Amino acid sequence: MSKPKVAFYWCASCGGCEEAVVDLAEDILGVVSAVDIMFWPVALDFKRHDVEAMPDGSLAVSFINGAVRSSEQHEMVEMLRKKSQAVIAFGSCAHMGGIPGLANMFGRKELLANSYFDVPSVINDQKVLPQTTFDAPEGKLTLPEMWETVKTLDQVIDVDYYLPGCPPPVKIIKEALNAILTGQLPPKGAVLAPDEALCDECPRRDTKPDKIIISKFVRPHQILMDHEKCLLAQGLVCLGPVTRKGCEGSCTKASMPCTGCMGPTSRVVDFGGKALSAIASIVDAKDEREIEAALMEVVDPVGTFYRYSLPTSLLHRRYVQTVKEGE
Amino acid sequence: MSENKSTPKPFEPRIVAFFCNWCTYTAADLAGTARMRYAPNVRVVRIMCSGRLDPQFVLTALREGADGVLIGGCHPGDCHYQEGNYKALRRFSLFKRMLNDLGIEPARVRLEWIAASEGDKVQRVINEMTEAVRALGPLKLEPRALEGLEASLSEKAAELVLTQGETS
Repeated sequence: MSKPKVAFYWCASCGGCEEAVVDLAEDILGVVSAVDIMFWPVALDFKRHDVEAMPDGSLAVSFINGAVRSSEQHEMVEMLRKKSQAVIAFGSCAHMGGIPGLANMFGRKELLANSYFDVPSVINDQKVLPQTTFDAPEGKLTLPEMWETVKTLDQVIDVDYYLPGCPPPVKIIKEALNAILTGQLPPKGAVLAPDEALCDECPRRDTKPDKIIISKFVRPHQILMDHEKCLLAQGLVCLGPVTRKGCEGSCTKASMPCTGCMGPTSRVVDFGGKALSAIASIVDAKDEREIEAALMEVVDPVGTFYRYSLPTSLLHRRYVQTVKEGE
Repeated sequence: MSENKSTPKPFEPRIVAFFCNWCTYTAADLAGTARMRYAPNVRVVRIMCSGRLDPQFVLTALREGADGVLIGGCHPGDCHYQEGNYKALRRFSLFKRMLNDLGIEPARVRLEWIAASEGDKVQRVINEMTEAVRALGPLKLEPRALEGLEASLSEKAAELVLTQGETS
């Protein structure tokens, strides 16, 4: 019997998800002996035309990481969708947009202007910007088009399962691989991680007070942390109460507050809205000004609460206010 | 939505109001029984306490076509559940900053304390807010947020036309 065929692909991502697969360490040998990896640009020398040549549905699973924000990524994921029986959105970016999704706070014009003109280390006197086509003496050159809005994988193609995390924890990946190989997968659309909040498995769980009251939020560099005590109770913005567990508190263990990469549990629609709600309501003050002062250290609410999920939020992105003509 | 495209209807803001059961909703009731006139642009949703208001409700309202959201609760110290309105205030304080960063003008989302006896305040706040949102114009979210909706609506409309065509 032939082994199931799988593919790995990356879109707008940092490469950390590829690293997570390598982090399987010697267990990767088990994976390689159980499946045939047909396509994995970061590690294996297969090209686009190799995928094109595959019959539709011949791949058992495609693991796709990264957000989708260019015409090339769009083409590739559509092709992989056709060739695969199942598609798994791998990691925060494919799942919810991830860090690249924060680009939705700006438009394409602003982003390109920043990268190509405004960054102090850039010298670009001729104001050159990337073009989708260019007539070179050797012939016409083309580049993929960058989109105005960063999208999650499931906003572009049909997705069967989600593996959350930035990057997905090794344990979660192993469990998912086992479920795939033994055919014991949950219903389509499921997030392949436990459906409970991180506090539930946080090593600091026992020091979490029944009722947390904060007089002022602080940022990690502003205090000398207690390395055992609940981070939220110390006034740090820890999103553990609203974030899905599965990472075993890898950040909180290392005295860094949870930033929410595993995304929300299944009951939450908009991660940022819910996270903001949970954090703001534990402030002690009752007076409007005191409340504002206590929350001042949450300097960037969108970046704090939608750090990994802006494209999947109810508003999807910042909308550019209608500028009246002449302004 | 207007049938005649040459004379488009003037913009009428759609405002979703979340009123707490014990104070503001009762005040709205009072305004009604006292036959006070106020702008018909508000759709009131009764919640038990302003502290029950999840920011997700506001985001959903904006996403689904509201041009503004009004939140009404009991005056500080008067909450039926002791603390609910303070929770609402804390969330609102951070939430309005976040909405502003996301490009939603501050005037589109408003929190007001309105006691059960203040029918006239309901009238004033609703009128004020309607005018403020009218001046801002319709809330334009990223087109894609509404694209799907339009497509599914036109699909449904086409289905309706088809089924009606069959029956007639």
